[in-house]
Amino acid sequence: MPFLVIRAYGTPSEASVTIMFYRVPLSACIGLVITALFLIAAIFAPWLAPYGLTEIVGGVWEPMSSQFLLGTDNLGRDLLSRMIYGARTTIFIAAMATALSFTLGSVLGLLAAVVGGWFDQLLSRFVDLLMSIPTLIFALVVLSVLPGNLITLILVMGILDATRVYRLARSVAVDINVMDFVEAAKLRGEGRWWIVFREILPNALSPLVAELGLRFIFQVLFLSALSFLGLGIQPPEADWGGMVKENKDGIIFGIPAALIPAAAISILAISVNLIADWILNRTTDLKGGRSGN
Amino acid sequence: MANSLEQLSKLVSSGAISRRTFMKRAAALGASAALSSQVLSTAAYADEPVTGGVLKIGSSGGESTNSLDPATSSSAVPFLNGHQWGDLLVDIADDGSIENRLAEEYGSSADAKTWTFKIRKGVEFHNGKTMTPEDVIATLERHSGEETKSGALGVMRGIDTMKVDGDNVVIGLKDPNADLPFLMADYHLVIQPNGGKDQPDAGIGTGPYKMVVNEPGVRHGYEKNTNDWKSDRGYAEQVEILVINDDTARVAALQSGQVHMIERVPPKIVELVKRIPNVEIKSAPGRGHYVFIMHANTAPFDNNDLRMALKYGINRQEMVDKILFGYGSVGNDMPINAAYPFFSDDFEQREYDPDKAAFHYKKSGHSGEVLLRTADGSFPGAVDAAQLFQQSLAGAGVKLNVKREPNDGYWSEVWNKQPFCTSYWGGRPTQDQMYSTAYLSSADWNDTRFFNDDFDKMLLSAKGELDAAKRKQIYRDMGSIVRDEGGLICPMFNDWVEGVSTKVGGWAVNPNQAMMNGQALSRCWLKA
Amino acid sequence: MPHLILLIAQRLALGFLLLLAVSALIFLGTEILPGDVAQSILGQSATPEALANLRRDLGLNEPALKRYFSWLWGLLHGDLGTALTNGADIASSIGSRLFNTMFLATVAAVISVPLALILGMLAVRYRNRWPDKLISGSTLAFISLPEFFIGYLLIYFVAVKLGWFPSVATVYESMSFTERLSAVALPATTLTLVVLAHMMRMTRAAILNVMQSAYIETAELKGLSALKIIFRHAFPNAIAPIVNVVMLNLAYLIVGVVVVEVIFVYPGMGQYLVDHVAKRDVPVVQACGLVFAAFYIFLNMAADIIAILSNPRLRHPK
Repeated sequence: MPFLVIRAYGTPSEASVTIMFYRVPLSACIGLVITALFLIAAIFAPWLAPYGLTEIVGGVWEPMSSQFLLGTDNLGRDLLSRMIYGARTTIFIAAMATALSFTLGSVLGLLAAVVGGWFDQLLSRFVDLLMSIPTLIFALVVLSVLPGNLITLILVMGILDATRVYRLARSVAVDINVMDFVEAAKLRGEGRWWIVFREILPNALSPLVAELGLRFIFQVLFLSALSFLGLGIQPPEADWGGMVKENKDGIIFGIPAALIPAAAISILAISVNLIADWILNRTTDLKGGRSGN
Repeated sequence: MANSLEQLSKLVSSGAISRRTFMKRAAALGASAALSSQVLSTAAYADEPVTGGVLKIGSSGGESTNSLDPATSSSAVPFLNGHQWGDLLVDIADDGSIENRLAEEYGSSADAKTWTFKIRKGVEFHNGKTMTPEDVIATLERHSGEETKSGALGVMRGIDTMKVDGDNVVIGLKDPNADLPFLMADYHLVIQPNGGKDQPDAGIGTGPYKMVVNEPGVRHGYEKNTNDWKSDRGYAEQVEILVINDDTARVAALQSGQVHMIERVPPKIVELVKRIPNVEIKSAPGRGHYVFIMHANTAPFDNNDLRMALKYGINRQEMVDKILFGYGSVGNDMPINAAYPFFSDDFEQREYDPDKAAFHYKKSGHSGEVLLRTADGSFPGAVDAAQLFQQSLAGAGVKLNVKREPNDGYWSEVWNKQPFCTSYWGGRPTQDQMYSTAYLSSADWNDTRFFNDDFDKMLLSAKGELDAAKRKQIYRDMGSIVRDEGGLICPMFNDWVEGVSTKVGGWAVNPNQAMMNGQALSRCWLKA
Repeated sequence: MPHLILLIAQRLALGFLLLLAVSALIFLGTEILPGDVAQSILGQSATPEALANLRRDLGLNEPALKRYFSWLWGLLHGDLGTALTNGADIASSIGSRLFNTMFLATVAAVISVPLALILGMLAVRYRNRWPDKLISGSTLAFISLPEFFIGYLLIYFVAVKLGWFPSVATVYESMSFTERLSAVALPATTLTLVVLAHMMRMTRAAILNVMQSAYIETAELKGLSALKIIFRHAFPNAIAPIVNVVMLNLAYLIVGVVVVEVIFVYPGMGQYLVDHVAKRDVPVVQACGLVFAAFYIFLNMAADIIAILSNPRLRHPK
């Protein structure tokens, strides 16, 4: 139960905040607060947004003003409102796709490492195959065969990304699988799942958590790339990456509508990864005694 | 005042201020618009052509799949290439009239059924061979007949016979056609040695520049044809077409001086580009139009009330403002505008009218959503335009569902197949060609599924009508049929908007096609 | 290590089978995709007759299976054929494009991989102190910006405002090595910024994962300097995940740079593939697909083998 343990960690100089019973470092706090703000925006979008998602309220690319706090976008819609609604689709889809790719990729990867033999060979070569097919062709074929809806979208994003997670998880697990404590567990006659989840997973957690934070951001960006193939969000819905694209002509002229969604993705990326770093710290601290040579 | 005007015009030609600023300041000085542009054009013509240097265009519309074979040319870069190494029989002049190229003169019989083109003598191809009327015939043959794969087949179809008569090429038509010279100006019909039958993609013609480098999708380099038959072109020593498909990259290349002209400046950033020093925006009203097309024979669009509802439910001015940023003009639900000969300007402009839209929608008895398919590639800003349409229709209580399709395969799978989608027409030099291409019942690309016998008969009679007033009246009647019954919603005609460095001299406005109808590289020069 | 040689031989043999499977899958995929090459060549202005004539000339009326096997037969004889769209020789087109892609990827990799590893180790050394936070924050900011965003910023500031490097990175055969380097400066910088964070963060996480181990404590007790411990003792034991992430990013540098190619007008493989997919030019798509697949298979194999070599227990299995 790693999250209930209260203990000192990190360098002594690190600033920290005590929330209820937990001492949380300042950086993680910032990450938590900002992520929470984004989540609140996402959940309560219809109540928070000053204007509608699709409503055209002004001229094109109007500067920030008291009427339009962040200015207007490429069609004269209120940018703030679209950012708030955009948080919804962006965070939801990226989170779902990341969850899918992680569950699928890490479980199969760890299992392949533990089981080994033909199972490993078959799965690994299948992953090679999936990675080898150019994403463009993959996405286009999927689009022409499957209906273009949210589930297809999340499946495509999740499965394509799962191949990357699989490679990572398997390689880390193969290393751990030959360690003494795993050998010992095998000699004790522990089952495969016990070995996977109790012996290997905790010791493979830090690279995986680090990867998790980044994968989430890759999904946010991938989502906007797909919309140009016709497989992403359908207009007039908004996602942040797509909003940067819609307004991309304005980037080199410093138009807020192009810069703000990009900044939002960056801030989200940093916040999510600050949390990931915090979890990473905890896992490395906790595991300390167990990974012995 | 004249003095200050002159000073201002010098500023324009030296690039210190833009044409627009000039007009504004001149107006402030109390000069009439006519006087100002007169002074301005004197300033522009004051400088003589300068020879030498390397003149470069940055153009979109180039792919690594491009071929030099003019028969398969269908995008901007192949179009530009054809105009460097090759010549047409006739081309379209800046004022929209016909200008002779490899034909020295032409004329027709009284019934406009037999046309004679006198072929220029003593013109040599880049390979040293002399161009003959036989080469012209061979070229026309290669682009016609059932065996061809040429994009010009459609315009060649009306030809019955072709023969050489001394220095002349005589073309016999199946039906009278007063517009044949315009058909001969089709950009596919580049005259090649033996019609290109031996090697269609050799890039050898009679043009002002000889092909040196051909890297499809990357760049095309040319050197001056020192043996050019035409003396008032080909000023630069070398010219180069760089393929820059990304809008921002193209603007940046112009801004940093890596190219001297760019094709297609996105209207959205025109105002911002104007602030860049040493760069001018050149625009020309064209015949290209951005459209929403319904299949008039497919439910629910087979109901004229629903079509009218959608026509009244679009805000044309908003589209021109937000999609074209004013670099265009409102359309009137027909594919013809003032850029065409025989255009009647007395049509009532159809406006956004939510009440009328709601009225027709109710009358149509249709309920539920109307599905519109679009893709960014169908025209620049298509997805944005579809969303504007969605909003304006919502004001009339009509629910439009926008579906973004992949750019990939849009022209083969959505356009001309799905009953309602966004599309683009580049326009044609004449009304006859535009209507024959897309509105005749038997047209190859009748993309609005428009079948109207009266219309077809009128088109045929207009073709052979040599009386200008009568012809204009027939076209007027045809226009109103399309406007009130057709499946075309035409909100806007786009201007050609191009960026040109102030180092470039000799720019002229030619609204027929991009980059001065493809002649920018050969007619412009680099100022000393 | 005979079993390692056996493993490599086995993986190579499987690699060829995989390539065959990839080529079949890509062929199948392009068959499923709507539209064909004739329609896309002639575009919006094609007449039905012209289309039919072009299809016949291109041999598209043959059954799909026959076309696939005749392509495969040609491939086995070292003949990649010619592009359907413009008749260009595929082998020579791919040759120059692949060279350009490899050049750009190499420049980006030579900068980004060592930089990422060094930054990752520095972040561990100064863990949770400001250098760590600065490195993490800035690399994260870059990774979360879309590529075209970074590209445009570089174009605007470095090419347009400062005029240090060209914004159009078109490279020619006749260019010297330094001219080429200058041409690819901006695209390579963009790619470096895009891939840096991923490798750096994995280095940091993987090294942290082994830092608690007993042997690290031993090394600390011996009084070795912190950086030395990280580099000599922790890094070699953290190599498996790092090498995998490096591999993923190298693969990305080779197959995934279409956007950067478009922005900087760089004549690489990505744009070449995209153009030909759009035109349904199957022989070219097949050839590009094979090249890309070969890179993935090779890189994945290399990563697995490096991971085995780095772990003594895997190197000498019981």
